[in-house]
Amino acid sequence: MADILQLLVAGLATGGIYALVAVGFTLLWQTSQTINFAQGEFVMLPAFFVLIAMGYFGLPFWAAVAVGGVVSVVVLGLLFKKWMVDPMIRHGVLPLVIATIGLAILMKEMVREFYGADAWPFPALAATTDVAVLGAVFSIQSLLILAICIAVVVALQLFLNGTRTGRCMQATAQNPTVARLLGVRVERMILYTFLINGALVWVASLLITPIYLAKFTNGEWLGLYAFIAAIIGGFNQVRGAIVGGLLLGVVDNFAAAYISSQYRMAIPLMILIVVILFRPQGLLGRVEERTV
Amino acid sequence: MSTVLQVRDLKKSFGGIVAVDGVSFSVDEGEILGIIGPNGSGKSTLFNCILGQLTPSGGEVHLDGRPVTGMRPCDLNRLGVSRTFQLLQIFAQLTVRENLILAGQEHKGTMLGRLVGPRDAGLAAAAERMIGFFRLEHLADEHAGDLSYGQQKLLDVAMAFMAGPRLALLDEPAGGVNLTMLASLRERLRAINAESRSTFVVIEHNMEFVMALCTRILVLAEGRVIAEGAPAAVRSDPKVIEAYLGHS
Amino acid sequence: MSNRRLAAGIVLASAGAFLLVVPFGLKPYGIFILSMWAVMTIAAIGLNLTLGYAGQISLAQAAFVGIGAYITAYLTTKGWPFWPTYVFGGISCFAVGWVLGYPALRVQHHYLAFVTLAFNTLVYLIFRNEEWLTGGIYGISNVPRPSVLGLSMNSPLAFYYFCLAHLALVSAATWWLIRSPWGRAFVALRENPIRALSLGVDTRRYTLVAFAIGAGLGGISGALYAPLLQFVDPTPFALGLSLNLLLMVVLGGSGYFFGPFLGAIVAVLLPEWLRFTQGFYLMGYAVLVIVLMAFSPTGLLGLADRLTRPARRRTASAAGGPPETAAESETAR
Repeated sequence: MADILQLLVAGLATGGIYALVAVGFTLLWQTSQTINFAQGEFVMLPAFFVLIAMGYFGLPFWAAVAVGGVVSVVVLGLLFKKWMVDPMIRHGVLPLVIATIGLAILMKEMVREFYGADAWPFPALAATTDVAVLGAVFSIQSLLILAICIAVVVALQLFLNGTRTGRCMQATAQNPTVARLLGVRVERMILYTFLINGALVWVASLLITPIYLAKFTNGEWLGLYAFIAAIIGGFNQVRGAIVGGLLLGVVDNFAAAYISSQYRMAIPLMILIVVILFRPQGLLGRVEERTV
Repeated sequence: MSTVLQVRDLKKSFGGIVAVDGVSFSVDEGEILGIIGPNGSGKSTLFNCILGQLTPSGGEVHLDGRPVTGMRPCDLNRLGVSRTFQLLQIFAQLTVRENLILAGQEHKGTMLGRLVGPRDAGLAAAAERMIGFFRLEHLADEHAGDLSYGQQKLLDVAMAFMAGPRLALLDEPAGGVNLTMLASLRERLRAINAESRSTFVVIEHNMEFVMALCTRILVLAEGRVIAEGAPAAVRSDPKVIEAYLGHS
Repeated sequence: MSNRRLAAGIVLASAGAFLLVVPFGLKPYGIFILSMWAVMTIAAIGLNLTLGYAGQISLAQAAFVGIGAYITAYLTTKGWPFWPTYVFGGISCFAVGWVLGYPALRVQHHYLAFVTLAFNTLVYLIFRNEEWLTGGIYGISNVPRPSVLGLSMNSPLAFYYFCLAHLALVSAATWWLIRSPWGRAFVALRENPIRALSLGVDTRRYTLVAFAIGAGLGGISGALYAPLLQFVDPTPFALGLSLNLLLMVVLGGSGYFFGPFLGAIVAVLLPEWLRFTQGFYLMGYAVLVIVLMAFSPTGLLGLADRLTRPARRRTASAAGGPPETAAESETAR
């Protein structure tokens, strides 16, 4: 029983991180039809921003973290939108997807070429000690990650539902044409989603890199988990992305413990196929309209 | 005189916006039904729901008595329904002749049969006939993307008739076509209707075109039918005038 | 129009002659690279069907090449002759493609991209872990080269012509496919899926078929890959190759018949010549693709097409016609 609880909490923790990444991915898709294949690399990079700020600019950890955040939001949010998405979206969804695939390769190779191919340790946000609760041992790390993820998600939901800007963003996601007619500054709302994604991947990076070390290949599997989480939750639903991420994290953790760790990757794929086969709109999604 | 198309209490909403609010009508064989109404009255949405492009929020559609609500457009096509689009949708990269052959090739036979069968899927003669009928001979081997707008419009209509449909839904066929062409288009449509006994439903804004072409008119406003009947009667119906011009 | 045709014909004939003659001036390694180009082009032609004609992104082409390669390697090292393994590999990949694509293509979004991404990752794991079948990380070595009518294809030169012959065969078959009614349906599917649907084109079925055939061609490419290297291990079939093939097709011009040929030249031959730049080469490649997507999404051949197209447009409208059509050329577009 204690084992299961431990695995559950650890699974929820990593699941929370996947959820953050999946939410960002879903938001981009909802508001601007952007399928960001480089989302995994977007999570891989901020850790390197922080490492560079500490290593080459000699900043203390927390200052570097802040710098990493700013750079993430500006480069992965603003510049990504202005320089890549805007010029390309007029050609349709397909060229943009391919371009983001190219971007993913570019980012990966740039890190490998200019920083190095090794796996670097990354400071955790809290000491890696354990705490015993109800006979089970949990790492402070996992609990903290879970807490931060919950906090971010709650903050995001409050923003989206509670503020005027947030509701405008939701309107833009549901129906940009009508939103425009109602006076919503659609372009600005879309920009906000990109900026929010920049922030989300920054937080995710800070949480996941201490566990898996900073390596240029992190993006490959992180991206895959994010996509699968978004799909099984329901491609067009932010809440779905959260549920998908948590589910994936828990299942993945249990699978690694009880099934061969070599085939860990098989489980998310199986879940994906099953969901697409039997409930293609995802667990929380609405059945999609056929396009006119 | 059998009923080809029957629409019962069709509804369609997008979130909070109700585009079609309980529309019912039926069309008999050989009729040319015109659907008119001010902008935003739900005409195109109605078409899209009948044709499977959108899934209706409620109501039913029956073709020759059998329920076809929400069926995929390609399956409907094989049952003998075809359409044209408000925004021209021809295949620019293919020639006029190839466009027509494509329009007819999927209607019958199996997919595998099409692979090993003749290159033009046996439709060369039918395409030739259509080219002659719509007077497109000199353009037959031009790429559709190089045609003028009016010519493309003609091609669009021709494509809809390649498979000899039982029911053709035409979405603003007169849009953007000049006067000389209009008369000829109207005449061609009447000719096909008489020759093949096919049934048409036509959405149009051009009053003259619709009144001269159609045997019966349906008027839509705010997603509901507000008038129905012979062209002359509908034209002078006060409700219709009010819908278009507002309160006097 | 006929000028363009003539020019294209000359280019093609010269290229064909070049391919036949060039190996005589090359060392064995050069011939090997050329053979690799031919083999990769076959895989790219398959992907072009999926991406360029059916408009779907597949990230599993490397997995299909791998499956074909392992099938051939496994069976030929157990004594089977080459030909049945080749056919078996192609058909197996077609079947796997069908099974994979069926659920993924029932949905609107680009689900196939994600499903194929996960599939490729999974297949790679199987290649690496199932030692009893694939030799694990040690792979399968001493894959024999086939013999045609008693003539052994052992020498680099002979095997090069063997690969070239297969490329010609696959090209001819694909050309026939594109010119058939299916090809017309593919164009409709790509150009205007909404209109295609309303004309009775079962877009789902055609997309699935295109993907499955593309997968099958990947398998055939793999069946040639195994005897080319005479050694098969998991490393080449990771996601990297899938991405590489995708970029190849896109760069050359997706949806253009010769796009894969051009793209494969860039992807296979260029890194050999630019070997010293290694990591930078890959970055440059990625940047090129991004820039291309912004300015010419239809790749290099698309760019060439656009540059030579204006001439065609002008001649069509100048041709004129009977009075009624001349009058309506006034109608605003």
